[in-house]
Amino acid sequence: MRIPCPYCGARDAHEFAYLGDATVTRPDPAAPDAEDTFFDYVYLRDNPAGPHSEWWYHASGCRQWVRVARDTRTHAILGTELARKPAGDAA
Amino acid sequence: MRYSFLSILKNGLTGQSGWKPAWRDAAPKPSYDVIIVGGGGHGLATAYYLAKVHGIRNVAVIEKGTIGSGNAGRNTTIIRSNYLLPGNEPFYEWSMKLWEGLEQELNYNAMVSQRGVLNLYHSDAQRDAYARRGNAMRLAGVDSELLDREGVRAMYPFLDFDNARFPIQGGLLQRRGGTARHDAVVWGYARGADRLGVDIVQNCEVTGFLREGDAIVGVETTRGPIRAGKVGLAVAGSTSRVARQAGLRLPIESHVLQAFVSEGLKPLIDGVVTFGAGHFYISQSDKGGLVFGGDIDGYNSYAQRGNLPVIEDVCEGGMALMPRIGRLRLLRHWGGIMDMSMDGSPIIDATPVPGLYLNAGWCYGGFKATPASGWCFAHLLAKDEPHETAAAMRLDRFRTGHLIDEKGVGAQPNLH
Repeated sequence: MRIPCPYCGARDAHEFAYLGDATVTRPDPAAPDAEDTFFDYVYLRDNPAGPHSEWWYHASGCRQWVRVARDTRTHAILGTELARKPAGDAA
Repeated sequence: MRYSFLSILKNGLTGQSGWKPAWRDAAPKPSYDVIIVGGGGHGLATAYYLAKVHGIRNVAVIEKGTIGSGNAGRNTTIIRSNYLLPGNEPFYEWSMKLWEGLEQELNYNAMVSQRGVLNLYHSDAQRDAYARRGNAMRLAGVDSELLDREGVRAMYPFLDFDNARFPIQGGLLQRRGGTARHDAVVWGYARGADRLGVDIVQNCEVTGFLREGDAIVGVETTRGPIRAGKVGLAVAGSTSRVARQAGLRLPIESHVLQAFVSEGLKPLIDGVVTFGAGHFYISQSDKGGLVFGGDIDGYNSYAQRGNLPVIEDVCEGGMALMPRIGRLRLLRHWGGIMDMSMDGSPIIDATPVPGLYLNAGWCYGGFKATPASGWCFAHLLAKDEPHETAAAMRLDRFRTGHLIDEKGVGAQPNLH
């Protein structure tokens, strides 16, 4: 499996470390329902068979976090983008 | 028919013409008391113990492919009960006890071989951790022995004891651990369940659930709707996919684990050995092939095949442990889809949906659990209360904080 890093180009998956599902976001810890939303955030996953949005860290390359869209049935990479948009590109 | 020395003799003298199929390939009936989704070892064992122990015989096991074609046919066949935590150890020891009587119980040769499982340690800290685990096992009434370097050398003199980076200092040995023939376990439970009246329905994929109000009262399948009093899921690898059809979102990710078999050799390793400084476990099948594996690939996958970096990592572990396997050729390798739970331990529990029960989250330790998983899931389905050895394997433990985290790495499934 080769992952096209937006900065370095296509690199072997060996260079990357995997974190997991990129669709979950850290909830507001001060919200009244924080106990429930944190349970969801920490433990529950959609775990789809098909396109999956996920975080990979290019540890042996540019050391940036990359959001990868990948099909979990075939390992085909559907697209990649840097987690942090380049400066001046903030929309 | 009952298998015995006499039946072998009789069929040997009559041209092997008297053997009958070991189980019926049943067509689904319109309704059952209990439907088990998933015809792997766990599902078939559940059906067997439902019929045998609890007298519930109007049961169907429905399987999307053929029985035993998922993880039951894709593992490295190791059985052991060398766990640390009180939520796990009594359960796995109950499984070990069921393994010890399994062939007599099923009248089927599952090739259960208690050849010993040896976990090597390579540092003082690891020795202390293993001593702690061995003592925890003994407190739970399970056999364990802490071997020093010479004790290991007496068993396996060819290991790389003086490896410059990871010298072998000793090991934790469970002599009652070993291996079993994975396919025979599936076939034995299928035959046993079938003889008690359970229907085994193959090529029948669940496409949805029948509901009355909140409750689940059956399943929609590719072979039509089937009603049931209770539905139990034992579909590790596909749990999230199937449970989503019932509206459940679970603390599970699906990951791929690869395993390997070498070309056949003369007898070399008579037990199971694991390398403690990486992740590598190896045993030798009765046909002579070395059966080994290591870590999961580490990313979500339903592909049933993995990638080369993990193969390299597994082989590095093997070479560090026993360099003499360096010129061996691989005969084959494969991948299976693991239900990686958020704490590395399984779930056997009722779900919030009435009528639906869950057996899931086996990570990559499901094979050894097969008998007790079936026993405890059958107990739950029959009595609506957990079996005492599986009482900690609750679905709500993630919400309440009662995790069973053997490895202590937190909610990161690819690290368990």
